[in-house]
Amino acid sequence: MKFLPLTTRNLKEIYRDPVSIVFGIAMPVVLLFLFTSIGEKAPIEIFTPLMLTPAVVVFSCGFLILFSASLISRDRQTAFLTRLLMSPLKSSDFILAYLLAFFPMALIQTIVCIFFGALLGMVISWQLFFVLLILLLVAVACIGIGMILGSLGNENQVAMGGSIFIVVVSLFSGAWMDLKMVGGIFKTIGYALPFAHAIDGSRAILKGSLISDISIELYWVFGYTLISFFLGIIAFKWRMKQ
Amino acid sequence: MKPDFGQKNHYFDLNKTNAIQTFSLTKNFKNRTAVNSINLTIQRGEIFALLGPNGAGKTTTIKMLCGLLKPTAGKAVIMGYDIEKEQSTVKQIINISPQETAVANNLTVMENLLLMGGVYGIKKQETKMKAQELIELIDLSERTKELAKKLSGGMQRRLSLAMALITNPQVLFLDEPTLGLDPQARKAVWNQIEKLKGKTTIFLTTHYLEEADALADHVAIIHQGKIVAQGSPASLKESFSGKQTMMIKVQGITDYIIDTLREKYQDVRSSENEIIIQAKELDFESIVDLLRGEGAKIKWLSMKEPSLDDVFLKLTAEEKHR
Repeated sequence: MKFLPLTTRNLKEIYRDPVSIVFGIAMPVVLLFLFTSIGEKAPIEIFTPLMLTPAVVVFSCGFLILFSASLISRDRQTAFLTRLLMSPLKSSDFILAYLLAFFPMALIQTIVCIFFGALLGMVISWQLFFVLLILLLVAVACIGIGMILGSLGNENQVAMGGSIFIVVVSLFSGAWMDLKMVGGIFKTIGYALPFAHAIDGSRAILKGSLISDISIELYWVFGYTLISFFLGIIAFKWRMKQ
Repeated sequence: MKPDFGQKNHYFDLNKTNAIQTFSLTKNFKNRTAVNSINLTIQRGEIFALLGPNGAGKTTTIKMLCGLLKPTAGKAVIMGYDIEKEQSTVKQIINISPQETAVANNLTVMENLLLMGGVYGIKKQETKMKAQELIELIDLSERTKELAKKLSGGMQRRLSLAMALITNPQVLFLDEPTLGLDPQARKAVWNQIEKLKGKTTIFLTTHYLEEADALADHVAIIHQGKIVAQGSPASLKESFSGKQTMMIKVQGITDYIIDTLREKYQDVRSSENEIIIQAKELDFESIVDLLRGEGAKIKWLSMKEPSLDDVFLKLTAEEKHR
């Protein structure tokens, strides 16, 4: 359990930075209200609370990539990580400590968005559990991508790479537009990544589909989560040996 | 896990008096040898200083001993435990204060100390008590709840040192503990280190010669990865330099004065108003009597004892020309 003190430290590092609170939790709520009010004036299906809630959560996951990558990269460039690497902590302790520190943010982000989505008129049912599951899987995938980025790049590269990922999530997730309608390269790239599948799957559940109806979307998301997290561990371990 | 201090693997140290022993410890990086077959023996409870210029191999040695770098060849033993084969036990009984200040910036002074205790598996209550003691020792009682990033450089360095002490290490590695500190902060860190003398074995690297002179029981000089000399500061000064220097600004120097001085001392240099004499032992009174007796007027005089600077400069210059 030696990873717990480091997890606590990482948590404090994240939550004492007002930027992560603003972008991680406050901004998704603002986006939800903003697009819902647009939807009320121009009735487009994509701007209804049911369609927007999963979209906003997945879009916000893009910031998890940036935050996790920044923390790892920043730590890497300080003697603080050197000190910890000389301590009895094992590489599994480091990986758990970074993952567990970001997980509460992902959970709070998702629950807060679902709460405000419901407040704005999204129907609540026990099926929401599956929505939560899909969205948390995407969040873990994003933390994994953050671990890869943070292990490979320096602070400047991470800032640039993280911003690119946020744009990628925004453009290719189908959060703000129907990818099937746009078609072409957007659709091809979008459905080769997990984000559009997570949003489609969550929307389908919220519309009343069963979990068995979205098994393909679930496989895509779960597969990406496994791969990105596995690669994140490899990248982190490789960096620790350098 | 509590380390097992049983009988196993106490290499060549049946009396268990040694804290650290290295046997031809070597580290190569691609086409460069950073540490070249070094052999060191450091006794328990002593302060040992590894002295050398930048890039001499000091930090690489520490990184190998602390398990951050794998030696290319040779071996090392800390408190009887092989640093490679019994690395987890070694890591549990040592601690380090790295070259740069290594604190978590967004944690308070107390939280930083609790973090280190937790990482080493020490109970929270025990860590808290020890943390209180250490905070007093490093004179940060007033700033316990302050974030580390708001402390001055000197305070952060003292906190970094306390973070290494919170686990009660048997062997403490201090990598350039006063690098970049102002003289006042440096003195404060020296005081903390001196308080540990006899209780904890301290392996210190520095390129400040006066630091090694002031603190260390034993010194090894490393140059281009090789140990070029080791011993107590006094014995090194005696063996490799050992010369006192007298510098006199004087009016009325005569040939007789210079000739008389050269009869007694081999190394006498003079100019119009200055005489510099170097010798193993200088007779201060007879030199002054000679000058006064000849009617010379002494304006200014200084006498310098041999220092580690002289030893260091001599040894590194010799190595360069080899």
